[in-house]
Amino acid sequence: MLSTYRYPKFEYRTPPELMAPGKAGRYPVVVVGAGPVGLGTAIDLAAQGVPVLLLDNDDTVSLGSRGVCYAKRALEILDRLGCGQTMVDKGVSWQVGRTFFRDEEVYSFNLCPQPDHHRPGMINLQQYHLEERLVARAGQLPNIDLRWKNNVVSVTAGEAGATLSVETPDGFYTVTTDWLIAADGARSHIRKLLGLDIEGRVFMDRFLIADVVMQADFPPERRFWFDPPFHPGQSVLLHRQADNVWRIDFQLGWDCDPEEEKKPEKVIPRVRALLGDDRPFELEWVSVYTFQCRRMRSFRHGPVFFVGDAAHQVSPFGARGANSGFQDHDNLAWKLKLVMDGKAPDSLLDTYTEERGAAADENILNSTRSTDFITPKSRTSLLFRNAVLGLARKHAFARALVNSGRLSVPSHLTRSRLNTPDEDGFAGDMVPGAPMDDAPIAAPGGEKWLLSILGNRFQLLYFVEDAAGIDERTAATLASLAGDAVPVEAVVVARSGAAPSGLRTVHDVAGRIAERYDATPGTTYLARPDQHVAARWRVFDPVKVQRAVAVATGNAVPNLMEAA
Amino acid sequence: MPLITANNFFEPGKRYFRDFSPGDEFYEALLEAHQNLTDEQSAQLNAKLILLLANHIGDIAILREAMALAREDTE
Ligand SMILES: Cc1cc2nc3c(=O)[nH]c(=O)nc-3n(C[C@H](O)[C@H](O)[C@H](O)COP(=O)(O)OP(=O)(O)OC[C@H]3O[C@@H](n4cnc5c(N)ncnc54)[C@H](O)[C@@H]3O)c2cc1C
Repeated sequence: MLSTYRYPKFEYRTPPELMAPGKAGRYPVVVVGAGPVGLGTAIDLAAQGVPVLLLDNDDTVSLGSRGVCYAKRALEILDRLGCGQTMVDKGVSWQVGRTFFRDEEVYSFNLCPQPDHHRPGMINLQQYHLEERLVARAGQLPNIDLRWKNNVVSVTAGEAGATLSVETPDGFYTVTTDWLIAADGARSHIRKLLGLDIEGRVFMDRFLIADVVMQADFPPERRFWFDPPFHPGQSVLLHRQADNVWRIDFQLGWDCDPEEEKKPEKVIPRVRALLGDDRPFELEWVSVYTFQCRRMRSFRHGPVFFVGDAAHQVSPFGARGANSGFQDHDNLAWKLKLVMDGKAPDSLLDTYTEERGAAADENILNSTRSTDFITPKSRTSLLFRNAVLGLARKHAFARALVNSGRLSVPSHLTRSRLNTPDEDGFAGDMVPGAPMDDAPIAAPGGEKWLLSILGNRFQLLYFVEDAAGIDERTAATLASLAGDAVPVEAVVVARSGAAPSGLRTVHDVAGRIAERYDATPGTTYLARPDQHVAARWRVFDPVKVQRAVAVATGNAVPNLMEAA
Repeated sequence: MPLITANNFFEPGKRYFRDFSPGDEFYEALLEAHQNLTDEQSAQLNAKLILLLANHIGDIAILREAMALAREDTE
């Protein structure tokens, strides 16, 4: 029982299969697991018009203290799902992290030093609050059938889909599905039932997590200590969460006794030593964890997809767990929708594991490097680590080497076969495969941010100075893209004016879009439904756009000459 | 040219999207070079590494400056 939070108890209802026994339900998509990633997946698909059956073996949200930090990119995805604001409202927004060595600050970072972004670098929010809000959002979508206390006990998968056996308080039933998405967490039962492996490294270290309720006026910043006087030889991490709940991670080392360490009489003095004063606090939650970095070789097995912790796990220092899970469904949902609608070949779905596999490798690489810095494995690594920390006080190069966690940022999918390589010169980071940068806009519908008008469909950003100056022919060509087999919505990005032919126009009010996308008049960006750059050119050419859409959807590329 | 103490890691031909990546890549390679060595062997490796890098830098004025900075706070 927590003093600041009451776990909701979601109602179990007898599934229709058990009301009319003998009938095996058939569904287009079944998602197993209503953790953050399964909920995100279901909402993403349902919002795009795909009916989803979502099964979870529990009837409440995540217990105790787990995920804390949700990054800018995850918030942007949650915005697309229609529930970003509620997370930001409840969470604690922050940008600055401070790192201390012994009793001195040696390094600080700012996650989002640029102005003019809608979302902060990070929010801190207890995982149960996050999940409760996702459940509420799922409840608003009539095409999500969310079933609590539905435990998947067996699964078979073949060419024609998957068949599941589900255990409920009223007995067992069977469902078949065209597509199965396994979001059943790190210990994925589906992974085991299908005989699939997950490989990687387990770290020989233990961490004590304490959630503490207290009044404190520390600024909302991440604080990390290497070898502090109050916990010598180990590291400590402090985060402020919602409702004055503070999360503290104490590194314990491998040789401790976890049961002993969890006792309040052990924990309270540790917290007291950190606070360094006698302010009152209440212990809300204590646990001890170990962690691992590992991934499945492929996240797709025929009609079965693995997302979130079921597919890959990282050490928590980069907050790359749930954050990368949201990016999984961000990547998968639109592809599955296109394939289900017959607008893209099955091979498009293989790019889910290619793109997200590359991202998982990047997340594991960064989390492993952080872990190796935080938990040196030999005398020599400890020597180097402490030398870096010692030099960091005075020298910028050493500050850049201080690694107390490289916090979750999205991958640039630069090697994806869905990208159309640049043929024109561009500066900056918005390369094909890049997650698109946000920037302020003014629009007739009142939207204030670029990302708020992007997503869920292919879109073409066409940059001009004065939208009213676009000639009728170009306007008609831009508008006609909406009638293609894979529709593309043209959006004119201008400094002033309204485009003809009723084309959607937004104004680059602060000039940040042009700056971040290195855009000049005529510049054209093709955006994927998951807000990633698919292609870009200095001049709008509808034939090139159609080719790039074909490449980005795995379709046969129309012959340039024929099309022209 | 004085000793560079700003962040200076890069690999020619490689594109980084995050400022911390090149430094982290170097650090990982450094720890890898020491993998499975005894403390004594690691100390030897460090000595050889310093000599190789010192010769590469060549400019003894810079090397003196680096040695002085490394010596600070070391007692
Ligand atoms: C200490 C700690 C700190 C962390 N900090 C962060 C952080 O700051 N930021 C971050 O992004 N991530 C963090 N994480 C990681 C984050 O908690 C996980 O990545 C996240 O919970 C993964 O979500 P998921 O939906 O994939 O899996 P889970 O949250 O594990 O959800 C799986 C769901 O599937 C259900 N289920 C399982 N088996 C079945 C079955 N057979 N039938 C039906 N249902 C089933 C379970 O009941 C559960 O609801 C942290 C983790 C830990 C342990």
